[in-house]
Amino acid sequence: MFIFLFLLLTIVLSIPIGRYMSKVFEGQRTFMTPLLSPIERFIYRLIQVDEKEEMNWKKYAYSLIVFNLISIASLFLLQLLQGILPLNPRGLSGVRWDTALNTAISFVTNTNWQSYAGETTMSYLTQMLGLAVQNFVSAAVGIATILVFIRGFTRKNTDNLGNFWVDMTRSVLYILLPLSIILSIILVSQGVVQTFNSYAIVQTLEGSTQTIPLGPAASQVAIKMLGSNGGGFFNANSAHPFENPNSITNFFETLSILLLPMSLVFAFGYMVRNFKQGIAIFSVMMILLLMGLGVALWSESQTNPLMQKLGISDGNLEGKEIRFGVAESVLWSVATTAVSNGGVNSMHDSTMPLTGLVYLFNMGTGEVIFGGLGVGLAGMLFYVILTMFIAGLMIGRTPEFLGKKLGPEEMKMALVPLILPPAAILIFSAIALSIPEGLAGINNPGSHGLSEILYAYFSALANNGSAFAGLSANTVFYNLTTGLGILIGRFATIIPAIAIAGSLSQKGKVPVNSASFPTTGPLFVIMVTAVIIIIGALTYFPIFALGPGLEHLLMLGR
Amino acid sequence: MKAIKNALLMFVVFSVLLGIIYPVAITGISQVVFPHQANGYLITENEKVIGSELIGQNFTSPYYFHGRPSATVYDSVTSGGSNLGPTNQKLMDEVNERIQQIRIEESLSSNSTVPADLVLSSGSGLEAYIYVESARLQIPRIAKARGFSEAEVENIVEDNVEGWIVGIDTPLVNVLKLNIALDNTRR
Repeated sequence: MFIFLFLLLTIVLSIPIGRYMSKVFEGQRTFMTPLLSPIERFIYRLIQVDEKEEMNWKKYAYSLIVFNLISIASLFLLQLLQGILPLNPRGLSGVRWDTALNTAISFVTNTNWQSYAGETTMSYLTQMLGLAVQNFVSAAVGIATILVFIRGFTRKNTDNLGNFWVDMTRSVLYILLPLSIILSIILVSQGVVQTFNSYAIVQTLEGSTQTIPLGPAASQVAIKMLGSNGGGFFNANSAHPFENPNSITNFFETLSILLLPMSLVFAFGYMVRNFKQGIAIFSVMMILLLMGLGVALWSESQTNPLMQKLGISDGNLEGKEIRFGVAESVLWSVATTAVSNGGVNSMHDSTMPLTGLVYLFNMGTGEVIFGGLGVGLAGMLFYVILTMFIAGLMIGRTPEFLGKKLGPEEMKMALVPLILPPAAILIFSAIALSIPEGLAGINNPGSHGLSEILYAYFSALANNGSAFAGLSANTVFYNLTTGLGILIGRFATIIPAIAIAGSLSQKGKVPVNSASFPTTGPLFVIMVTAVIIIIGALTYFPIFALGPGLEHLLMLGR
Repeated sequence: MKAIKNALLMFVVFSVLLGIIYPVAITGISQVVFPHQANGYLITENEKVIGSELIGQNFTSPYYFHGRPSATVYDSVTSGGSNLGPTNQKLMDEVNERIQQIRIEESLSSNSTVPADLVLSSGSGLEAYIYVESARLQIPRIAKARGFSEAEVENIVEDNVEGWIVGIDTPLVNVLKLNIALDNTRR
């Protein structure tokens, strides 16, 4: 009941936000314009950008890549040099090179896979000037990607796809920053820390000392939740009492995971002037989300039979906070794996096997169940293109979507993000399972150990960032392979999306007629859902069976 | 070439705006409006900091309520869970050991059911809360160790029951606050 109300509220909020987003990105006036447009124009002056200038797809992609390279290099250097920089009250030394490289790639790509523990690795300066900034701009890069993709459909007979700098600035200024300010104040009011004081040293009641880490956490946690980032300020992420102190903060943080990815789907509907299309795609995502949620809630509510034998009361509480309880932990985890957020409020490694399977499946679809900001919807559009192609074959017509004919170019490009990441996941996992450097990381024996390694590469390639955290991933081997995986996962989505937009925008619009395949009805929704499930299931069936599937059977059989 | 210049400038502008102005402004507001919350809900007694309301402490003595097991033994510099999987024998052995220990400590029968929160470790390793029932279970031991009546300890537990959203949250007690209340009753 609570979950139903929660989802309803999220949807109700995301429709007006979607409307607002569409206005912002089309350059229309909104209630924020009087306040923000002077700042917006000031930023264009500072970065020497003419906001009227349009880019073709190559120039857009080039700008995006250059910006990301500069970000990775700067974040890498900042971590190496943090030992001699200010705002380092604990005197932490520079981050090891492989960890720093992995972290730089991970945060710039909106993944936020963390092989380090925040409180013992990163200085306050690195967190706020490095990691938090990337939390914002990586989310904006994702939004920019979907904006270009949408313009590919809405514009005709042109090369112009918008301006990368303008899209970035508007995303940050009108959407991410205002919401982060609101959320961080809410979080602080409940006890999420926000201070530059050094760690507190405490004499406990039983007479030992406890060092309590502090820092400017709330400002970072806010954008971590809103921007589909998920990188914790502290090691325990949103299970940590200072990131998520009670059920009020947990409510707002869970809401923030889903809010903007959902809003973007509605924004899409408004921007393509076909709100029904937005609803159709929203329905596909919602069906998949609810399916996963149902299975995970059921699986996690079954008490572990091995534990029951020992004589404990019901409740799979290992790795969970009772402040949130089982249902709210599962709701969070389904949302975080569906949305490519990756923040956790419970430890996924200790969940029941089939619950873990749902988390893996959510990531295995390529993060299209709402998905990461922008890139999630882009991923969904690849599936839509594939579905329209299949439907086109069935009815013997050239596939069309939103009035654009889909040709071989679009089809080839859409297959890159559907084939490359799964292939990379399987290859990386196979390597890790065959060499000592890979096997050394395993924390749990048997099929659960396999799941730990699989989860790492699923998370990396899906740009999710959550983990079966028992895996000791802070090694050169894992830092480099997951880092490479993250890059493949990110750019195998972004580049094809922009390229398809480049080819679509040059085409004219074809009028919809009675012979066109309807793309807003239930048939479309069922087709796309089926394609996603079939591709997900067929690609990963063998390893799902060997990992979580086998573990489930062993658990019941013992 | 122009893109490189734009990218560098944008990186600098956003770093200043989002990496300095934004967190400093939020810190400023927080320190003025919510200073206690923003600095970690620290509890001070006799001018000494004795803990944070939100961060659990390790309690093993018979005079105190015991909290949840912690994979890091409440070492708050390294937060985290056990990350042991649901079929891991190591987890079963640890849980079994904790069950036996609790049955002895709380004088329970050898086939009694032990509350899950007292034997399964939290995700953060720092959780300060247990279920009210799990606190009640410990009342006889504490009353005996401290020479209080069970009703007195029961009252302290009742005074400390927390539940944020009525009807949704299971009522909990904060173990650290309970134990501070116990200590204050002694004086």
